[in-house]
Amino acid sequence: MNLLKSREAILALAILGLLALIASRFPGFVAPANLAAVFTDSSPLILLALGQMAVILTKCIDLSVAANLALCGMVAALMNGAGIPLPLILIAVIALGAALGAFNGMLVWTLGIPSIVVTLGTMTIYRGVIFLLTGGAWINAHQMSPAFKAFPRTVIAGLPVMAWIAIAIIAAVALLMMRTPLGRAFYAVGGNPHAAVYTGISVGRTQFAAFVLAGALAGLTGYLWVARYAVAYVDIAGGFELDVVAACVIGGIAIAGGAGTVAGCVMGALFLGIIKNALPVVGISPFWQMAISGAAILIAIAFNAQSQRAPGRIILKRAEHRT
Amino acid sequence: MQAQTSPVLSLRGIVKTFPGVRALDGVQMDLYPGQVTALVGENGAGKSTIVKILTGIYQPDEGKIEVDGVETRFPTAQAAGQAGVTAIHQETVLFDELSVAENIFIGHAPRNRFGLIDRRAMRTRAREILRGIGADLNPGVKLRDLGIASKHLVAIARALSIDARVVIMDEPTAALSHKEIAELYELVEKLKAQGKAILFISHKFDEIFRIADRWTVFRDGQFVGEGLMAETNEADLVRMMVGRSVDQIYPKRPARIGKPALTVAGYCHPTEFDEISFTLHEGEILGFYGLVGAGRSEVMQSLFGITQPSKGACRMGGDVRVIRSTSQAVDAGIVYVPEDRGRQGTVKGLPIFQNVTLPSLDRTSRAGFLRMAEEFALAREYTRRLDLRAASLDQDVGLLSGGNQQKVVIAKWLATKPRVIILDEPTKGIDIGSKATVHDFMSELAAEGLAVIMVSSEIPEVLGMSDRVIVMREGRIAAEFEGDAMTPENLVRAAVGITGSENGAAA
Repeated sequence: MNLLKSREAILALAILGLLALIASRFPGFVAPANLAAVFTDSSPLILLALGQMAVILTKCIDLSVAANLALCGMVAALMNGAGIPLPLILIAVIALGAALGAFNGMLVWTLGIPSIVVTLGTMTIYRGVIFLLTGGAWINAHQMSPAFKAFPRTVIAGLPVMAWIAIAIIAAVALLMMRTPLGRAFYAVGGNPHAAVYTGISVGRTQFAAFVLAGALAGLTGYLWVARYAVAYVDIAGGFELDVVAACVIGGIAIAGGAGTVAGCVMGALFLGIIKNALPVVGISPFWQMAISGAAILIAIAFNAQSQRAPGRIILKRAEHRT
Repeated sequence: MQAQTSPVLSLRGIVKTFPGVRALDGVQMDLYPGQVTALVGENGAGKSTIVKILTGIYQPDEGKIEVDGVETRFPTAQAAGQAGVTAIHQETVLFDELSVAENIFIGHAPRNRFGLIDRRAMRTRAREILRGIGADLNPGVKLRDLGIASKHLVAIARALSIDARVVIMDEPTAALSHKEIAELYELVEKLKAQGKAILFISHKFDEIFRIADRWTVFRDGQFVGEGLMAETNEADLVRMMVGRSVDQIYPKRPARIGKPALTVAGYCHPTEFDEISFTLHEGEILGFYGLVGAGRSEVMQSLFGITQPSKGACRMGGDVRVIRSTSQAVDAGIVYVPEDRGRQGTVKGLPIFQNVTLPSLDRTSRAGFLRMAEEFALAREYTRRLDLRAASLDQDVGLLSGGNQQKVVIAKWLATKPRVIILDEPTKGIDIGSKATVHDFMSELAAEGLAVIMVSSEIPEVLGMSDRVIVMREGRIAAEFEGDAMTPENLVRAAVGITGSENGAAA
């Protein structure tokens, strides 16, 4: 526990250091209004990372989240075009996202296919479905109703709705992880699947639940994304699944499952969000941005590997002891 | 018997320690050309460790290995191979995707003048060797397509291809049918005729008396004795295997045996066990003894719903049921503390209290939300009863010692308030102090009316703690002992399959 706590502390320090570095070049970046904008901008990443965290905790990975987002976003735009009211659209995209996640989860659970293979397949399928729905056509801002576009941007108490949604979901997922049997099951399944089985927890069902959660969050984010950027087409959020996984890794979610916190996950997403927002402001070329994001991921992985080494030795000793 | 020949390979004063365990304590052994030496000992006597030392996988801490009277070392498996020592393992280490010939010659394949593998020579020689051991196998066939017995033959052919002088057979008949065993015996005779020294490790006394010329007995990592097969009998060997001083007092209290808590009727499994029937009573500790691999854990796992029996039912109280999942088992009041704590017991990364409450989350949560206070209370109650030594219940369970982890696992199951608790090797690999606590506690549980099944391979523990003992052998119940019939000799006799009971009551 102390180890994990200190990891989050280190990440928080890294974020502060990053902000200080940026502020030294461009003081305006750390103005409260701008930081709020950065947070809002990072909200989609945070939402997806929280879903991905649940999946990674159970020793799986979901590469289809960005495709899920794009499909749900397109469906939201189409429903809006058909004149369906916003609350219904919201319910529909969350349900659709959950269903797409459930499809992933079923394949992993019942057929026992490795999640990376399943979601690599479904990510292409989900993108393909968008093409089938639209024939490749774009839905542009002028084809969307004003209410549809305005909702995420509506400012309440100083923050746009999009940021409030992110905050609410962070709180909800934190509650789920720390205070419900399902959250506990995520950790148990990833930490020791054998022991989980002996405890009466179904590994497959828990992984299924994680995929449904990730899918539902991707569906919700799909609407937010399309409404905010006011455009929907086949390739929106292309490659975003890798940012999501990166946010989790930077946030200290163990890729082998069973370890990681909501706080770490959110900070991992914020760290990437800050880099993406700040580098253009500071005047660093997009190519460097990629290199810097990549370096951050490698450093985070090296850090995780380092901190996991000590327990490894103890296990080995114990194994020898038994023979 | 040509006992006058000098040994090919001698071990003297071999010591091997692992943290906390002295696996071998100054053992000795001699292997003679053209003779089969049987190595006999209980589970944990050090048989597999000596095989690993002979094949260069482990290095002895002390002692010497002599080949033809010259002291040598086997720093690697290759070195052992070059010295002519080869082992045919229980689960033969071969490559499924390679052909028979490639398996035989991997690492020392014949080369042609360009330095490439000479496939034709390899096949011809493979065929010769296989014919030499009477194996009718096509050298071109992939190993994957062969049965276990044929794989054994390939392993033996491999041993011969490197011109082995010492052949170690570690439970070679474990997976073979009767016919295949007979063929193996013939093969052993052939190897003997070729002057190979054979180390034959087996639990089965009929086999040992059938093919061995000499015997060596180990017990608890120590050398007990050696001699010629012709000059011994089963009773003497069994006595040497188990003849230890019971240096521990077991806190077994006489419990009031109540009404049946669990009746198992005719449990069968296609590959693991057959016709398992027994009755367990409230307040009783029922010991399950047997050799490793006798199917004890497998039976317990099916009672706990991890695997499903193909036939049979169990009755708890009034209702007959078949447990199909672990959650059903927990609901029915059966819990299982597995043998492999690391793999099956604790979830590392979760703190102690969360490990304890994992199967009891229904009780510690309200309206779908966990209540930490309840969790702590539950964890505190049961860890205190087990005398758990931990700085705090918030501590990562992975940081505890083996004995304390075992206590966490037991606490976890007791917190579900079970009626039947199955403990699989409850004290394996834990320190003496923790052992005593676990034994104490087991006794207390039985006194409270819980029905306890204890699977154990340690005879003193089985005899010291059980009210009744069931001995399993090769997936079946071999015998059941109660009262004065519970003697080390009787248990071992039943476990290794010696038929006929000659005054077994004498301890």
